[in-house]
Order: sequence, then C-alpha cells, then structure tokens
Amino acid sequence: MSDWTEVVALEEIPQLGSRVIKTDTMNIAIFRTAGDEVFAMKDECPHKQGPLSQGIVHGTSVTCPLHNWKIDLASGEALGPDEGCTNVFPVKVENGVVFIAL
Amino acid sequence: MKEKLVLIGNGMAGVRALEELFKHNISDDKGSDQYDITVIGAEPHPNYNRIMLSPVLAGEQTIDDIILNSLEWYEENNIELVTGDAATEISRVKKAVITESGKEFPYDRLLIATGSNPFIIPIPGADKEGVLGFRDIHDVDTMVQASKDYKKAVVIGGGLLGLEAANGLMKQGMDVTVVHLLDSLMERQLDKPASALLKASLEERGMKFLMEASSAEILGDKRVTSVKFADGSEVDADLVVMAVGIRPNIELAQKAGIHCERGIVVNDTMQTFDPVVYSVGECVQHRNECYGLVAPLFEQAKVAANHLARVGSTRYIGSMTSTKLKVTGIDLFSAGEFNEEEGDEILQMQDVASGVYKKLVLKDNVIKGAVMFGDTMDGTWYFSLMRDGTNIADFRKTILFGQHDLGDAGHGDDTRVMSLPDDAEICGCNGVSKGDIVQAISKNGLFTLDEVRAHTKASSSCGSCTGLVESIIASTVGEGYEAAPSKKPMCACTDHSHDEVIDAIKEHELKTISAVREFMEWKTPDGCAACRPALNYYLLARWPEEYQDDLQSRFINERAHGNIQKDGTYSVVPRMFGGLVKPDELRAIADVCDKFKVPEMKVTGGQRIDLFGIKKEDLPAMWKDLSDAGFVSGHAYGKAMRTVKTCAGKTWCRFGTQNSTGLGVKLEELTWGSWMQHKYKLAVSGCPRNCAEATIKDFGVVCVDSGYELHIGGNGGIKVRVTDYLCKVDTEEEVLEYCAAFTQKYREEAHYLERTAPWVERVGLTYVKECVVDDEKERKALAERFKISQKYSQIDPWKARADGENANEFTQLKIAG
Repeated sequence: MSDWTEVVALEEIPQLGSRVIKTDTMNIAIFRTAGDEVFAMKDECPHKQGPLSQGIVHGTSVTCPLHNWKIDLASGEALGPDEGCTNVFPVKVENGVVFIAL
Repeated sequence: MKEKLVLIGNGMAGVRALEELFKHNISDDKGSDQYDITVIGAEPHPNYNRIMLSPVLAGEQTIDDIILNSLEWYEENNIELVTGDAATEISRVKKAVITESGKEFPYDRLLIATGSNPFIIPIPGADKEGVLGFRDIHDVDTMVQASKDYKKAVVIGGGLLGLEAANGLMKQGMDVTVVHLLDSLMERQLDKPASALLKASLEERGMKFLMEASSAEILGDKRVTSVKFADGSEVDADLVVMAVGIRPNIELAQKAGIHCERGIVVNDTMQTFDPVVYSVGECVQHRNECYGLVAPLFEQAKVAANHLARVGSTRYIGSMTSTKLKVTGIDLFSAGEFNEEEGDEILQMQDVASGVYKKLVLKDNVIKGAVMFGDTMDGTWYFSLMRDGTNIADFRKTILFGQHDLGDAGHGDDTRVMSLPDDAEICGCNGVSKGDIVQAISKNGLFTLDEVRAHTKASSSCGSCTGLVESIIASTVGEGYEAAPSKKPMCACTDHSHDEVIDAIKEHELKTISAVREFMEWKTPDGCAACRPALNYYLLARWPEEYQDDLQSRFINERAHGNIQKDGTYSVVPRMFGGLVKPDELRAIADVCDKFKVPEMKVTGGQRIDLFGIKKEDLPAMWKDLSDAGFVSGHAYGKAMRTVKTCAGKTWCRFGTQNSTGLGVKLEELTWGSWMQHKYKLAVSGCPRNCAEATIKDFGVVCVDSGYELHIGGNGGIKVRVTDYLCKVDTEEEVLEYCAAFTQKYREEAHYLERTAPWVERVGLTYVKECVVDDEKERKALAERFKISQKYSQIDPWKARADGENANEFTQLKIAG
C-alpha cells in the first residue's frame, strides 16, 4: 500500500463536498468533510450505482442523490436499515495535498 | 466511571426508554455511554410486543414473531438482564433494588416500568382453575392449551381486549360467549351505531354475546364448569377469561414510599416524587391520567430518556389517543369524544349495504372525535386534524369522503386495508406489497411511518401511498401505532418544527445556516441531507439581499443546474417564455444537440424542449452556446418556478377572450429564476375551455371576456388537486400583482418540500384570501418583497457557469498511472 498517488490540493475540494477522479476502470469520489478529513470511494452507490460524489455530505457520511441511501465515508457501508457496501480507498493529506492509494 | 441505572420491568415502555437513551450517546459505543444498565423482569422472556398477543392467540403469529429485543440485543448493549426473578423491594435508603432470590442491585438512577395487572373481578370462584386474565405470554399459552382440551369459553368484558381474546379463542376452535355488563360493546371507544355494526359482524363470524349480564359467581369443583349471573341464569364454561380492565402495578413503588394515587405519580419529566426515580408506562399517573395504549407510553419513554441522558429539553404533556381493533377483517377506528354533547355538530355517513359507517363530532369546525367502521382509511387523517385542532370549514363538505376523494394514484378504491390480499401492491414506486410491509413491521418491531419507510422503502418516494401505509401500520400494531406527532421535527437533527425554524430565522435575524443550527441547538455538527437544503432555502427566501447561497447544501440538481438522470448524466431544458419560440432559437438548439451529440430530445409537458444524456463536464460549454443564442436556464431541475403554460389565445384562437400567450410571457418574466419550497407551475388559458390546464397549476389564470379568473393550489402530479378559485380581476397588471403576492406568501410561509396544494389545505383558503385578496396593503407589500427577491434570483445561473463560476463542480480529476 505504499503506492501513493498525488490527486489534488485539498482546497480544490469544497468543504462538505467532493470531486470525481476518473481512472481507466472506474470513477472515484473523493470527499472533504467540514473538519477537513478526506475520504475516497468508488463513485457507485451499492443500491443502484448512483454517483455518490453528487450527494450531500454531512458528518462523515454522504447521502446518495438517487434514492437517499446514506453511506459511511470511512467504511463504504450503507447506514441505517439498508445493507450494502462500496469500495473505499486509503487517502492521506500532506502539506495540503491529497494522496490516494489504489 | 459510569453511573448505575436499574430498570424494573422488562416490557415495552421501559425497554423503549433504554433504546431512546442510547440515541443520546455521544460516542459510537453500543449501549449507553453514561450508564451501566441492569434490567429486572419477572417474566422469563426478553422484551416482546405485548399488543401483538392477540394475533398470537389467533394463531396468526408466533411468540418468536413478536420478540422485540432478542437476548443478543441485551448482550450487545451491555445490559445485565435478570429474568424470572421479580423485584420485591426498592430500598431508597440503600439506593438498591432487591429481588425475590435476595439479590441486591444498587442504582444511581432508577426507572420503574412495572406496567399493569389485569383486573380480576372479586366474585366467588374467581380463583378456580381455568379462570385467567389476558396479559402475558403465559396467559396466551394457557388459553391455547385449554383450546385443545376444552370446548366452551366465556370472555367477561366486551371491550377492546375482551373482543380480541374472544376472536383469538374462536380462531383456536372454541365456542366463545362474550359477557358484557353494558348494552353496547366497546362503549369507551364506539357510539351505539358503530357498536351495533361491530356486534353484527362478530356474530356473523360465530361469536355469541350476553349483553347487560352481571357475573355473580364462577361455579365448578376444582376447575370452572359454568358462570352464574346476578339474575340467576348460567352459561357453561371450561375456560373463563377476565378482560374487564387493567390496574397500574404500583405495589413496589407504594411499598417504597413513593407517592402513588391510582398510578405512580410523575411530573412532566417522568420523574416521581423521589428525584432519582423515574417511571414510564402503564404504571404511571400523569396529570391525573393513566394510559393503557402504547403510543403514549412511547412518548413518555422518549421524555424519560431525554432527562436520564441529562439533555433535559423535553416535557411530556399528555397524549390524545386513538384506537383500532386488531381483528382481521374488521376495520374499526375511534378517537376522541365520539358522543356528541350539546353545542356539538355531527357529520355522519352510513352505507348499510357495504357496512360502512363514519361519524365526526365537531365543535366550531374543529374535530373533537371520530368513529369509523368498515372504511378506516382516513382515520389517521382525521386524527391528525383533531390533534392539530385544524379548522375544517374550507373542506367540511367533502371531509367525510376522505382525504383522497379528489383522485389518487396507485390504489384507486382500495380503502379496506385489512381485506387486501398480502400480494396487493401498496407502494407503486418501490414495488412494496402489503405482505412485505406487514412482515417488516412484525419482524423488526416497527411502530412509526419513518421506521417502515426506512425498512421497506414503502411511501418513501412519491408519498401517495402514505395513507395506506399508515393504515397498515395502524391495523397491524393496533393502538401501538405512533401517529406522526402534531409538531413534527424537521429531521432527526433537531426537535424543532419547520414553522419554529422559519419564525426563528425571522425573529432573531439568523442569517447563516450555522447561526440557525447554533441558535436552535442542532444535534448534528453539519445537519443532514434533509435539513440543509431546507435551511438554505429558508435563509435565501428571508434574506434575499444578504444571504450567500450555500452550494453544498443544495441537492445536486440545483448545484449542477441540470437534472441528474439514473445513469449519472444530466438533462438540460432551456427556458421558452410562455412556450413561444423563434426559428433562430430552434436552430440554435438543434446546433447544440449536434455539437454535443445529444442522444435524445423531447418536447415536455411544460411547452419546452428537454435535451437528455449530457455529460456533466460538457454542461458549461453547452450553456455558453445556449446563452449566446439568448436562452436562460429553465430551472426544470429545481425547487423553483418551472414554466408558464399557455394556450393560443385570442390572437389566433376563435374562442380566445384575452391575449393568453402575451400574459403568459409577462408572468414568466416576472417569476422566472425564483427559488421555491418545491416546484411551482403557472398556466394561462385564453377562455374557460382551459386548454392550458390552468386549474391544476400552483397559480392558474383563466381568461374570460370580462377579465381574469385567478386560481391557486392546484396539482397535476401524484395526487391530482383542482385549484381553489381565488378571485377575479380586471387587468393584466392586477394579475401580475396578485401572482407576485400569492407566490411570495407561499415562499415565505410554506414548509420546504410542501407544494402549494397541501399548503393551501393546511392553512386554509380563507387565510390565503385574507392576506392576498382582502388586504390590499398586505398584497402590495408581498408583491414588493417578491420583486426585491427577484432582483437577486434573476441572474442566469447557466451564463454564470459558462463564464467560469464554480468550475470545480464540472471538472473531473485525472491521476497519473
């Protein structure tokens, strides 16, 4: 897991918002919380593959824009009575720059 | 070091209080992060759903089905559970509870939830074998066993519990006679006509009744053989169930010197006279009332938990209750004062052939009580009107036909919920059947609409089946159903209602989302996907000149200014004022579609063109081209003013009385760009033939020869609602002024996500007329405020983004490798 890739400056991600990283195989959503924590996960809701990056971020979770499933940013797991999980990726912030390990 | 909390009584109210307590946890720990908890229960079972004992007795459910909290739940939440060892003493000196086996459990706080005992009539022979109450799993087991060995059962008591017991025993194959002291069944819930219908319908099923019969003695050697009455007559019985009422179980509290009257006396915070001792449930007496239904007990549990968790922000102020009988196939509902007194008025409907009876008792156009038999679909609606004290004058003529008399998508005439088959589809959006809902309710122990929505998704999309779902919950859990509270919190982040938030923003001049959250003590640091868009809207509507729109609190459609589609692409709808369009504009749209390879175009119902399948990153470039051709955003994606639909009007149409297209353009120029609580549509028809369908719009104009009829609060969507007639005006200028004023009234006062139709129904047409029609000064002030607000909202968001605003939203990141 030492293959850290530089993604973007932290300030380029809005607080309580997200950006989308396009890779060859998939889109990855990268989120920034109010407390400047950063999380990354596959940009697909476990329910009907909605783009989680387009959801509303609150606390350390995001609400999917299609059917309001709530996904925990740290684990990728659906919260509440819903069940399902999406892939998460390790991220770190160093000197104001966000890195991801794929 | 955590404090010790002991709960006496392992039943629904007490355990609910614990669950509510856990919700106040600050940490992610299971159980309580403030207390070490011990639960002491006399019965050898984990907490089960006592109100479901009737279906268990009827063989429709099993004991396992009605367990609410499994033994694992207690373990997971670090609760020490003591079952089958009843508490026998509370020592307030030692601050400890002592059990039958002599164990001592010290407490810092004590919660008493000892419930109630069935009342056994003290007549000779009441202690014979085969005589019992109907209260717990043990009673049900005994009855089921008896039904195998014996034939004849007598149930004493023709109330709710007695009839459910009688129905269950009958289902188990017994020959059942119900003995009732009075001349009508369920006299505390039903008036005489409803009671007679109920009796007839139960008799049809084979139940026998002895009315006005006073039991005098139970006869038999060791086991009961018959019941003797005061008039000397007798009826054979192998089993006697006494269901004449319950008494609060106050023995323990009383022995410990805690002040009791009929029940354990508590204040509004559920505290007894000993400040470290709380009490909830059927054992409690609050403001002189004892409750035997579940909904109030849950409200009490919530308040007790709030104070045990030292939040201390809520009070219990008593409950209004409603009743449903859990006998499969019989729909019955009752609430409030159903027998009229002098000065009351009655609305009544009776259809003997189809067995439907409805009665509402009114005082000054406010519902005091309701009784329904046969069709109880609207029971929950009447109940909420009653609790909210709503003035029903505006819809008094149709109220008996129910909330849905104006048409309803999805279920048509199926109002008899209990008689629907299990595979009947209830929620057409999410494909949820009645069986799915009933199963989810029983399996997960659900009580509220929100819980059912979360587990099944039923009623969570368009909401048109909400009434049906509520009805299913009510008939499945009976009186345990927790109707939505009259003061509904905005979301789980706060206890405040929409109205309180709207008022506070105005009164205390709160001007940012964080200021609102801080002032109103939000429970979450940055709200949730439900409250953030609402707060953002309220602030925008109240302070248009100052408030800085918070993009991250907007739903994606409004952040990206396009409508997100199921594949994550967007749709783009340019505005066409009044539905009018020019050749150059159509050419520009065609060019844009070619350039961006738009896979599909469609003419919308709002008289404009929808371009589908646009990639998010292409949006700003596309908007630039559209903007250069003179188009602005159509706001087809937002909670905003959408379109003004028009007909041809008098320029072309031989029937046209006024220039409807011209007026439509003026109205759209006035209102475009305005953010709303929900979508908002207008239409102008040139004559009463009404080709623009103005009478199902939020604001509709029907032109007539002598002027303009204004209509409000229509809806052509989920639930079709025809507009209410507001007034008639003479000139186009007046139309524009009334439109601005009505629109602003709605913008300032309706709840977020509430369309004009339910808003007008909620506040009443009379009120809207008073503000917008009768009061000229108010109308002009409203219209003026709307115009000020429009100065800031008629800045085309597409052009702004084409010029580079908020570019990060539309660009994707690429990474090396």
